[in-house]
Amino acid sequence: MELHRRCESNPKPSGETGGSSLFPKRPGIARAAAMQASPQCPTNLPQPSSEEVTSGADIISTVEFNHTGELLATGDKGGRVVIFQREPESKNEPYNQGEYNVYSTFQSHEPEFDYLKSLEIEEKINKIKWLPQQNAAHSLLSTNDKTIKLWKITERDKRPEGYNLKDEEGKLKDLSTVTSLQVPVLKPMDLMVEVTPRRIFANGHTYHVNSISVNSDCETYMSADDLRINLWHLAITDRSFNIVDIKPANMEDLTEVITASEFHPHHCNLFVYSSSKGSLRLCDMRASALCDKHSKLYEEPEDPSNRSFFSEIISSVSDVKFSHSGRYMLTRDYLTVKVWDLNMETKPVETYQVHDYLRSKLCSLYENDCIFDKFECAWNGSDSVIMTGAYNNFFRMFDRNTKRDVTLEASRESSKPRAVLKPRRVCVGGKRRKDDISVDSLDFTKKILHTAWHPTENIIAIAATNNLYIFQDKVNSEMH
Amino acid sequence: MGEEEGLHQTQLLDTMFVRGLKRKCFDGEEDIEGTLAGIKAIPSYNLQRQSLLDMSLVKLQLCHMLVEPNLCRSVLIANTVRQIQEEMTQDGTWQMVNTQSTGQASLDRLVSTDILCRSSREQAEGKLVPDYSTFNKDFESDQAQDSSETMSTASSVQAPRNLQSNVWEMENPQENKGSFQKSLDQIFETLENKSPNSVEDLFSEVDNSYYDLDTMLTGMMSNSKMGHCDGLETFSSPTTTTSSSNCKSDLNELDHIVEILVES
Repeated sequence: MELHRRCESNPKPSGETGGSSLFPKRPGIARAAAMQASPQCPTNLPQPSSEEVTSGADIISTVEFNHTGELLATGDKGGRVVIFQREPESKNEPYNQGEYNVYSTFQSHEPEFDYLKSLEIEEKINKIKWLPQQNAAHSLLSTNDKTIKLWKITERDKRPEGYNLKDEEGKLKDLSTVTSLQVPVLKPMDLMVEVTPRRIFANGHTYHVNSISVNSDCETYMSADDLRINLWHLAITDRSFNIVDIKPANMEDLTEVITASEFHPHHCNLFVYSSSKGSLRLCDMRASALCDKHSKLYEEPEDPSNRSFFSEIISSVSDVKFSHSGRYMLTRDYLTVKVWDLNMETKPVETYQVHDYLRSKLCSLYENDCIFDKFECAWNGSDSVIMTGAYNNFFRMFDRNTKRDVTLEASRESSKPRAVLKPRRVCVGGKRRKDDISVDSLDFTKKILHTAWHPTENIIAIAATNNLYIFQDKVNSEMH
Repeated sequence: MGEEEGLHQTQLLDTMFVRGLKRKCFDGEEDIEGTLAGIKAIPSYNLQRQSLLDMSLVKLQLCHMLVEPNLCRSVLIANTVRQIQEEMTQDGTWQMVNTQSTGQASLDRLVSTDILCRSSREQAEGKLVPDYSTFNKDFESDQAQDSSETMSTASSVQAPRNLQSNVWEMENPQENKGSFQKSLDQIFETLENKSPNSVEDLFSEVDNSYYDLDTMLTGMMSNSKMGHCDGLETFSSPTTTTSSSNCKSDLNELDHIVEILVES
């Protein structure tokens, strides 16, 4: 499979389809396969030039597919949520399958002011999680630093016409003009998508919420901040149960915070949370009401040869994701992604270097705060490929079976519509090939922190600052 | 000058830290201005470690005033500072007796996000939080030494000036905060460029009326470099290098002065 970029405005078939492996047969050779992706901005602003400073409010802060992959939600720094919907495949144009177009846009969170602490509460959407669909409506949870909201998304495409007492504009009719009775009929209308806030889960967190996760029981969900994790029932907003609390009695003793957490995809009693010291804790809610004591602790001993003052910082886990099978966990720290087997606590089963060439630059990255960037990671539908973002608008994919990896770039300049994405290479001195990027010319302001993979197909969504790229593989229906 | 050297220094620090070596032969303190400019020699480990410590303390200070700072980042930086301090303690280069109290106080304050952000607010409003009174009085006493007018008129106009400042704040809390913010931004920008010399220039640009307001002064001072003596030395004499021994002895002297002030 090769990744292609699609032009939104001009879909037309492009020709041959690609090969059968995820990666091009030889790096640097582009196969003209018909993979497309659309660069879609979450708002209808004019496209900014490549040098233009991105307006802060448009920076995408989270990306999430729903459980079928039909919908893709993005949240941004301005508190808005934009939902994309995949167009149904058309038999007439087989190459025009599954383009994502804007379905709905709404303002989820507004900036607030905490009067007690005299601090602003940012409206930036930290995470979005979809609820499993149970009826015609779609629901999602969106959260900023403090408040989680449940939104219900419904469609309206018919409206009743032919009332007896009201006319078309809704005004009451003069009764003397009514001579016969009629039954109102439903007539089709332009599709209207309505989004309403159904629940607001407020005042549950003193610290900043960094993750939310819906339980497999579809009734509860958890929200984690830096020091605590709360369990909520989706229908109850005035109460939540605290299930993890790592706040020390004396805040001066604080040395570790919670960085991410997730429920197990199948076992509704299990969840994992990661810490800033690089450890993972698997907790079982059946064990006790307060799960401070972990059931399993996953920690890799430090490599003494790589020890430096920055060792702890780069070991801080920025994201943790269970595999679809539930057997493995994927973690991202600053330089690596690791696959952990739930049954083995002593070390990960696989470690992949994302950008080890940065190891010699850690002090500079500490100075400009880049070392604190929190990258996310993702599994593909079959748990055979993992993906994560990096700098310079690069993102990386690792095939767990073939052990091959690829670096790709998400940018307007390098990806023409319908072109195959060309693998990129970062050279670290020594022989430099054509089109290689040297480490020193990497743009650290262009970071891909948020990525998402379609639950079943080879479609990925990449957020590059304020641009959203969707790449898909044309040949996906025939493989995996 | 400061910026280039800072960058160059960081690159050298990168080279230093990548090897994971915790020890190099002690070259003694090198003159930064002289040798770094053209020579490829790596500065001494102590100097680099000190640089990292300074950088970390500055980072902990420079949290956003309006939005609560990232707790994870603060904790990670604080842990790095602790790690350096522990190592320096083992080396014997960190003088425990007097500096530990101030070092600890600053570290503890920096770890606790609540206190850190609350302090900036309260100082803007003119309240002295007990933990910071040490440093506040340091700067006041330093400032007093330099500007005679403050000292001479201190006793007589103390009451009405405080009243005036309080009234001024109550009437224009928003403006106060806004100008305060602007000055802070200037300070942050300067500090991030790592050129302490320009801090003096910075203060010359600031409206002199600020210096008449105790609250503004303490607010600004306490939010500039607290951890080490750069801020202190700015008032006494412009210096670019911060050798650890000078720093510690200055802090010792100030602690002594503070004790006298507090007791009186």
